[in-house]
Amino acid sequence: MTTNPPPVVQLQGVRKSFNVGQPNETEVLHGIDLTLLRGEFCAVMGPSGSGKSTLLNLIGLLDRPTAGALSICGEDTTTFDDRALTRLRGHSIGFVFQYHHLISAFTALENVMMPLLADAGFPNATITARAAELLDNVGLTPWKDQPAARLSGGQQQRVAVARALAMNPVLLLADEPTGNLDTKSADAVFDLLRRVNQTQGTSVLFVTHNPALASRCDKIISVVDGQVVDGHAEHP
Amino acid sequence: MSLTTSPQLSRWLPFEWIVALRFLREGRMQTAFIIGGVAIGVGVIVFMSALLSGLQGNFVKRVLSGQSHIQLLPPKEVVRPLRQKGTAVEGAIVQAPLQRVKSIDQWQSIAAQIRSMPDIKVVSPAVSGSALVLRGDASRSISLNGIEPDLYYRIVPMDEKMVRGSARLASTDMLIGTELASDLGVGVGDKLRITAANGTDNTLTIRGVFDLGNKGANTRTTYVTLRTAQSMLGLAGGVSVLDVTVKDVYAAERIAQRITLQTGVKADSWIKTNEQFFTAVSAQTTVNTAIRFFVALSVAFGIASVLVVSVVQKSREIGILRAMGISRGQILRVFLLQGGLLGLGGAVAGSMLGGIALILWQTLATNADGTPMFPLTFDPWLFVLALVLASVTGLVAAFAPALRAARLDPVVAIRG
Repeated sequence: MTTNPPPVVQLQGVRKSFNVGQPNETEVLHGIDLTLLRGEFCAVMGPSGSGKSTLLNLIGLLDRPTAGALSICGEDTTTFDDRALTRLRGHSIGFVFQYHHLISAFTALENVMMPLLADAGFPNATITARAAELLDNVGLTPWKDQPAARLSGGQQQRVAVARALAMNPVLLLADEPTGNLDTKSADAVFDLLRRVNQTQGTSVLFVTHNPALASRCDKIISVVDGQVVDGHAEHP
Repeated sequence: MSLTTSPQLSRWLPFEWIVALRFLREGRMQTAFIIGGVAIGVGVIVFMSALLSGLQGNFVKRVLSGQSHIQLLPPKEVVRPLRQKGTAVEGAIVQAPLQRVKSIDQWQSIAAQIRSMPDIKVVSPAVSGSALVLRGDASRSISLNGIEPDLYYRIVPMDEKMVRGSARLASTDMLIGTELASDLGVGVGDKLRITAANGTDNTLTIRGVFDLGNKGANTRTTYVTLRTAQSMLGLAGGVSVLDVTVKDVYAAERIAQRITLQTGVKADSWIKTNEQFFTAVSAQTTVNTAIRFFVALSVAFGIASVLVVSVVQKSREIGILRAMGISRGQILRVFLLQGGLLGLGGAVAGSMLGGIALILWQTLATNADGTPMFPLTFDPWLFVLALVLASVTGLVAAFAPALRAARLDPVVAIRG
């Protein structure tokens, strides 16, 4: 008998509407039930406008559900205020977006240092060493002092991955991180995420339109018209 | 693991400072322009404040270097209609009385009482009356002022006003003005015969010739010792004036009223006797304050507009910072700091600009003899005040854009 690892994400009947109470109120997510276990690498697929990004924003605590329950690392976030959500997000969740969103005023290394600097709990030497280690892991040590704007698209996305991992999160949310990259760079970024997942046990939710990449994930869920249509389909 | 160091980022600076400084550095052109704008505003404030302060100080000094701040005078003689027992007036015609030179009653105790007050610097007794000066066929009417030099010179620095001779006075000495000396053709060491209105006369030696900066005063005013004046004007042991100086010249009227209340003797402050001048000084101060206010307002709007643009430009970065776990408070502080730093940077540059303008003014705006038109006030507190005010203005101006940045919905901000 095997014991399932603990759930990192749990959604029960989660609904999300925009323009609530107004004539143009629109429900985008219609009662989503979803569980992501510790160490799972899950692909999220679905057509544009189906609600994938909204789902990721809710799980990433950037937005709040209109109804339903959302737990992250066993903590029910429904009653959390903005400060508590920010703290949980900062310590437990990493984001990688389709566009890298690096801060152009900083170098590659400094961008990775940002989340650590914002958290008062780290000494200076630890911050620098941790950021350098993460950049080394994504193969960008030679470019560490380059301004973010001078890196190639693939390099920028790898810096974004390193930044997302700076706080050693239990959950990594990747919203089409390979969407703007060529095949080679896309493979490199996917392999990087996979390696992080396998070596550190980080759970990953990976939104993609690429069936080839999705097929390399542990599990695929499809979101269509705001509903998970085959959320439990395990991929070999 | 390769351990490297980032020379730019340091934990010594709080996170908010690092981001604020980097954002300002990244938009260096924008930053330079707004700092330039703030600098011009602060420079104008520093220059104008020092200029007006110097101008006012010079005016006040000129007015007060020849007179005391408060004068206590004996009450004027008045005439009342003669009445019978009832209400009937016996003598209906009332003629204004002649004002004789008379002494302040109990002046020693009054002087001692005033000296004990906290805001008082000097109390100097004096006797003042009219006399006639004769030399050969020439005669001039003069104002004969009997003073105690040690006390009076602390009120009116006669040493500084002497053009010939010295200000030291003995009982047979007198000081006269330049115009009177010229009219009578006399100089230091010459003797003059002085006749008081009551017929008493005395021959005094000219010890010095002074210039009070006023032709009329240089023609009429003369100084002798208190004792000499008392005997000539028939006021043995008495004084007709108590001259008072106070620590804060602008508080003179308030102190004069308090003296009147406590002693019962009429006290006139320089503010009251120079009412028009003081009104002009007050108007100048009001105008200066208004100019400072509007310059500060334009500085505030300049900083606010730059930061509003910056918030729009940086909205995606703000969104990603929020996604990384940076709190609303930290975002708020990043933009408040930018406002404060723009204000401070502009104030430093503006203070230097104002300082240079003041030095140029001192050098270029001169009298015909090459001396500065009037001494300017280089008050270090003015610069400190400019730094503090500009920084606070920057902080206040940044509040609205900072609040807007802190309230940005990260989802909307990241989506752009």
